[in-house]
Amino acid sequence: MDSPAGEYEVKLGRLPTLTGKPTHYCAGCEHGTLTKLIASAIDRLGIREKSVLVDSVGCSVFAHDYIATDAVQAPHGRAPAVMAGIKRVEPGLVVFSVQGDGDAISIGLLELFYAANRGEPITIFLVNNAIYGMTGGQMAPTTPQGMVTTTTPRGRDTKYTGPTVDASKLVSSLDAPAYVKRVSLPLEPLPSTYLYSAKGTMECAAAVENAFKVQMMGGFSMVEVISTCSVNWKMSILESKRYAADVLSKVFPPGLYKDKFGVERR
Amino acid sequence: MSERELIKGNEALAYGALRSGLNAYFGYPITPSSEVPETLAMEFGSPEFPDFKVFLQSASEVEAINMVIGAASTGAKAMTATSGPGFSLMQEGISYAAGMELPIVVVDVNRAGPGLGNLGPEQSDYFQATRGGGHGGSRSIVLAPNSVQEMGSFPSLAFSLAFKYRNPVVILADAFLGQLKEDIVFPKTVSEKFEAPWAATGSMGGSRHLILSLHLDFEDQKRHSEDLMGKYERVDSSEQRAESYLTDDASVVLVAYGVVSRVCREVVDELRSRGVKAGMFRPVTLSPFPAVRLAEVASRGRRRFIVVELNMGQMVYDVRLAVGGAGSVESVRDLGGMVPTAREIARAAEGEKVG
Repeated sequence: MDSPAGEYEVKLGRLPTLTGKPTHYCAGCEHGTLTKLIASAIDRLGIREKSVLVDSVGCSVFAHDYIATDAVQAPHGRAPAVMAGIKRVEPGLVVFSVQGDGDAISIGLLELFYAANRGEPITIFLVNNAIYGMTGGQMAPTTPQGMVTTTTPRGRDTKYTGPTVDASKLVSSLDAPAYVKRVSLPLEPLPSTYLYSAKGTMECAAAVENAFKVQMMGGFSMVEVISTCSVNWKMSILESKRYAADVLSKVFPPGLYKDKFGVERR
Repeated sequence: MSERELIKGNEALAYGALRSGLNAYFGYPITPSSEVPETLAMEFGSPEFPDFKVFLQSASEVEAINMVIGAASTGAKAMTATSGPGFSLMQEGISYAAGMELPIVVVDVNRAGPGLGNLGPEQSDYFQATRGGGHGGSRSIVLAPNSVQEMGSFPSLAFSLAFKYRNPVVILADAFLGQLKEDIVFPKTVSEKFEAPWAATGSMGGSRHLILSLHLDFEDQKRHSEDLMGKYERVDSSEQRAESYLTDDASVVLVAYGVVSRVCREVVDELRSRGVKAGMFRPVTLSPFPAVRLAEVASRGRRRFIVVELNMGQMVYDVRLAVGGAGSVESVRDLGGMVPTAREIARAAEGEKVG
């Protein structure tokens, strides 16, 4: 099978890099899918035994329960600094994190910015679901204009709070990072059918693998993964998938923001 | 380096760390500690210190302490140095390192005052350092050098304690010691290798290593916290260090650490020459506080204990606890970067109230 996503589906549940523990993620959340895509890429590249996961704080704080590599826990927002510390002393390791948008773009922006600016050979999977998930649905730096959250109960007014922050744009504006890609992971409802497109899943699978490859080529890589949070968005799962396709993908357009080594052309 | 050197305390500390096999330094510049990273930056890449693999200036103290956490997670000897405001910023990381049981070394070259304060010496970070400083009830081991010689030898001690107990160790110096130039004789290289079978270096050929501080299950957290408490108790019973100077027959005992203990020693000599039975008790570990040794001194007859500190009175509480009802405890303080003169301390020892 040519596509990595296809291969992952065939091997579903049998990936050596998955612990097999059922995830705590809510129904409809993309965290679980991303977890499998990461484990699958690690297995395809054969790097499990030299990989170290750095946990962030948020819904991804339990990533080590599912991804069967060594793991170190970082304080909220500090994963890129912890990763840099590990990687600088042990450059042979593959070091990666799964961070949320609040973790990486709000409290941890300095750590993300400077790790990227130094071109640390590390990989960050940034799950952007436009809200603080684990703390119960507060406004994030990525919350779009008008979205109702528990701290913007009348809808976010970006004139008051400042506009959303675009991490892929920001990081790719720096010289050092080698690979920055934004994908929209949610299944996309196809109009006038009961069908969904899994294009985002396929793209994400490829991006995850590319990101690891770029790290092993010595570059900083980040994949921003647009996701849903139907529970905190107070939407049905179907509505949340539509919202991701109709609104989030406009605010945060998927695309290849940086590819210094040309991994996508190979 | 030749055998005997005339160098600043901060430089001595940097060389002491290098000689004890420092692998990685991460830090953000702040006066009066900046000679530490400056010296290390100069020596980075020197064939004399092959273990010194990483020197990196961070974008903040928060970033620095988390880089130290990352490096220590792999079993490396990792360190940072800072001063008051930066030490405050590092407390979150120190709490995490304690929770994750990581052997990290943090140097605080104490400056004066809350807020930005000034660049003079104080000992006002005593509470912050000895009480853990961060959230959640963690404790650090705290060492207090009082000379350039000890600035040079304490990094080795700090790493050996950090690895022995898998716990943060703070070297609490002050602006005076950091900037003071004295001669120092470095011991032959003492680079000890510490096993770190717990390190996260990839699970190659073995089981996974998870270095976490998260225990959502209450029972789990309780177990973890009790384990830490047990460790702190072991540290308390085995690692109390202090220096007693002429305390055996003393009727008045000056209690001081760091640079102040240097002045106090002079005061003791001066008073003795005038027939006053004075002595000095100098805590070398501030955490664990050498309460057993101090209580022993107090038990030998009723004495006056005069605690001399460069703060509003912090260590004096630990002294009162240790002395209990066995003697009287008075507090002599100076603030703002000022150090009390030998004469002022002598006057206090002879019964006069001082400032």
